[in-house]
Amino acid sequence: MTLISFMRAGAIGAAALGATTALADAHRLDLSGETVEWIIPFSETGGSARWANFYAPLLSEALPGNPTVVVKFMPGAGSTTGANHFQGLSYEDGTTLFGSSGSTQFPYLLGDPRVRYEYGDWPVVLASGTGGVAYLPPAMAEAYAADPTALNDENFIYGAQSATGLDLVPLLAWEMLGLNVEPVFGIEGRGDGRLMFERGEANIDYQTSSSYLSGVAPLVEAGTATPWFSFGALDGDGNIVRDPTFPDMPSFKEVCEASPVCETSGTTWDAWKAFFVAGFPAQKMVFLANGAPEEAVATFTEAFASIKDRPDYAEISEAALGLYPQLTGAGAERAKSDATSVPDEARAFVREWLQDSYGIVLE
Amino acid sequence: MDVLATALPALGDAFGMILQPHVMGYLVLGVLMGLCIGVFPGLGGIAGLSLLLPFMFGMEPLTGLALMVGMVAVVPTSDTFSSVLMGIPGSSASQATVLDGFPMAKRGQAARALSAAFASSLFGGLLGAAFLSVFILIARPIVLLFQTPELLMITIFGLSMVGILAGRVAIKGIAAAGLGLLIGTIGQGSSAGALRMSTFDMPYLMDGLKLVIVGLSIFAIPEIVALLRQDKAISDRRTIGGGWLLGIKDWWTNIWLSARCSLIGVMVGVIPGLGGSVVDWIAYGHTVQTAKDKSQFGNGDVRGVIGPESSNNAKEGGGLVPTLLFGIPGSGSMAIFISGIALLGTGNIEVGPSMLKNNLDFTYAIVWLLALANVVGTLVCIAASGGIARLTNIRFALLAPFLFMIIAFAAFQSRQSIMDLVALFGIGFLGIMLRRFDWSRPAFLIGFVLASPAERYTNQAYQIAASRFRRSFEDGIDYIFSPIVIVLIIITIISVYVGLKNAKNIMAEGDVNAGSKRAPLLFLLVITAYVAFAYVNASLIPDYARMDRVFPVFVATVTLVCLAILLVQMRFLPDTHSLFADREAQDADINTHGLWSTLAWFGGLLLGTAIVGFILALAVFLVGFIRYRAQKSWVYAVAYGAAGIVFICAMAWSLNRDFPPGLLQQFVRLPWPLA
Repeated sequence: MTLISFMRAGAIGAAALGATTALADAHRLDLSGETVEWIIPFSETGGSARWANFYAPLLSEALPGNPTVVVKFMPGAGSTTGANHFQGLSYEDGTTLFGSSGSTQFPYLLGDPRVRYEYGDWPVVLASGTGGVAYLPPAMAEAYAADPTALNDENFIYGAQSATGLDLVPLLAWEMLGLNVEPVFGIEGRGDGRLMFERGEANIDYQTSSSYLSGVAPLVEAGTATPWFSFGALDGDGNIVRDPTFPDMPSFKEVCEASPVCETSGTTWDAWKAFFVAGFPAQKMVFLANGAPEEAVATFTEAFASIKDRPDYAEISEAALGLYPQLTGAGAERAKSDATSVPDEARAFVREWLQDSYGIVLE
Repeated sequence: MDVLATALPALGDAFGMILQPHVMGYLVLGVLMGLCIGVFPGLGGIAGLSLLLPFMFGMEPLTGLALMVGMVAVVPTSDTFSSVLMGIPGSSASQATVLDGFPMAKRGQAARALSAAFASSLFGGLLGAAFLSVFILIARPIVLLFQTPELLMITIFGLSMVGILAGRVAIKGIAAAGLGLLIGTIGQGSSAGALRMSTFDMPYLMDGLKLVIVGLSIFAIPEIVALLRQDKAISDRRTIGGGWLLGIKDWWTNIWLSARCSLIGVMVGVIPGLGGSVVDWIAYGHTVQTAKDKSQFGNGDVRGVIGPESSNNAKEGGGLVPTLLFGIPGSGSMAIFISGIALLGTGNIEVGPSMLKNNLDFTYAIVWLLALANVVGTLVCIAASGGIARLTNIRFALLAPFLFMIIAFAAFQSRQSIMDLVALFGIGFLGIMLRRFDWSRPAFLIGFVLASPAERYTNQAYQIAASRFRRSFEDGIDYIFSPIVIVLIIITIISVYVGLKNAKNIMAEGDVNAGSKRAPLLFLLVITAYVAFAYVNASLIPDYARMDRVFPVFVATVTLVCLAILLVQMRFLPDTHSLFADREAQDADINTHGLWSTLAWFGGLLLGTAIVGFILALAVFLVGFIRYRAQKSWVYAVAYGAAGIVFICAMAWSLNRDFPPGLLQQFVRLPWPLA
């Protein structure tokens, strides 16, 4: 690098920096005295409620003018009611937010008839990731460790919520490993699935990371459950690697590679990976309404970024969110595009798989 | 001994933690806030806790817990006010209290009923806490014994309470329960997501109807309308002085009943998945079954208040077990409680399997905070009951618009859609008709509440059992017929037998004379048409979703058989038979207003809301009702309307809620609360 080009780069950088600072001073919303409504398309009792309740008071502190931030629950039709409602709103003054979840993304990706919303219209200001861990009763985990085909004749029971929701990620994974898993539908939350496992009625289960740490880790300690694999996490190049929260656990990719029946390439793998990416690394996102101007997006992006910079952030967020990236700005944009687009082949594959395995027709 | 060695020091620590002035202060604050919300029908722990959540962040764990526990604990105590005084179940926990509590209030014994209820609540809460202190240490393996077949049997046991509450014509009661079950299956099936009695174009019904709306519609609306038509005060007698001492004496005489019902409350509360919405019915059923003289139940037997009220506070304690030990909320308010705990302090109290090991002192602190909150709440309620009981002496036409406003507001919290109000009105009309023709409303409600667990557990148990049978026959049999299941089957059979034997004597809703044949027959035909339609609708569900078809088809078939028997009986029985009960004929002399003119007021409010939004419509409704229906002066009416609007706005503002918008709001931008 020559001196001149170095200086030019420096000058551009300084100018850019100056411009951003100037922008920050001049064009930010002032929300003093306002009430920011954060719509959560689920009931007060779910994981999204916990996530939003965690962020709401912090957001109120971080936003210019310290507006009151209230979480408004609008449950219905697997979160599509609330999302459709939000789609109907257009940007006014930056006092309406929407928090979507994997259960909002999947119907959108699968072409569910209830979906009347379009993610492309909504600017994203935060993307929260998570991971998932599959676990087994200790005896079965041992048998599998000795021989990856040992469990192929077992009748597995899995407490499931809905095949078109996040459950499709573990269900497809187990099928790829050659297991015969029968989902028992109708549980009301993943916690009920864990309870079913603890009662010995279900003998295979998965939990998202924070629920695994609080609910299953004690079982592992007591010797009644054995972790099997984590779904993994994405590295900078979009490869699936070990989940940093569980560095000692193999990722699903490793388990799949070790199995004689599972392949880490081809349509099935691509479909699984696409839906995993849509459901976990960017599971929950915060959006502004359609038509939000630059300054509003910048205001909220900065607010969430400053929450992440709090010195006590790691400590206070661990219990509520787990150790996962909370992305803002360009990172959130990329996470959003990963989470709301799947290749056509993947979509077609999953739709066909849902129909063949569960008779579910989405039209 | 090992258990005691860890428990006693933790128990001591817990008392040291909670018996501090500032902790007690926050507890009292929580209790007072809970009372202010809990006295209004339909608003309970969920609304109250949502109000507290924003303050929980980073709060000192103990004070935050005291605030939240105080709020949760007092709701099943304070909701007794509207159950007893107005005949409106304040929350799902005190539905059964209405059956005997309200008739007592009508007889001028409101204070007696209230104090008996509060004494029972207090006792239930304390006994529940004492039981839990020991039980929580050994609860985990016991709770895990309750697998899906056991849960299914408990649900069926709950359904067997219909036998007690069926009314004079048992088949009619069963049909009412069947209708409740069918209405409970409306919406997406839990197994395969097939739609029952709903379409994608009507998203409201896809999620089914919510208990708060159905509970209010079935009990509150018919009661409000009936009282309005008679146009007098709830109680035509002056309150008997010193009634509240009598109530406590009543409780003391029935202390064993109270103790048994408390234990029922704790035990049903402990089992995750059932929630507490049937515990009061089970307690009521138990009270009736074990009573020697059953003739007064439904007409104001104080034991019918003591039983359910002892159980519903104890249930809150029981509900802590699945919440704290498994991290699985036993109810909606417990779910918010969990997320509240996660916000406290540095978030280091982890609800779930590690709670007992790491935070036994906190666990005990929560249990005993709950007990203390019960004491404080009861004292406040008893102190307030004398004054509040006087509400029953006010002319009801002055009370009704206000009550209706609160109920509509509470119903609207369910989905924040104007359809909430339509549902309230529609099911309310069904409730009026059920009341008129003496179809058991408790049976209907039990059916509705248990529809979803009954279907879910049936499907799940069937699926899991099939998998066990594939493994081996013994495996399957062991799974279905565990010792607990067998015991529950025996209890259920006894309960049904005793229930049906006595059902004729128990008139849960008082005696109703027979009228002519025509109106009861017409109503029966309408019900039959609905059930037949539901049958056809469910039977059209395609094969791949058959799990969602079996239950509604089965229930509809049984109900249709009952309805057919009733039709045949109607053909042959004389029109004086109790089958033709018709309250309209019986109350003809005391009704000063017609049904339709009374309903028109509420229909008008609904229509007005659809056009100009809730607040504007409400203003017109309040002023118009007081001026024209209650015949007060314009000044009085406007003042009443203004007070009502200010009150509801203050409530909505503090709870961060909006009001239903109408057509007007689509065209014109209006400031809150109009928009």
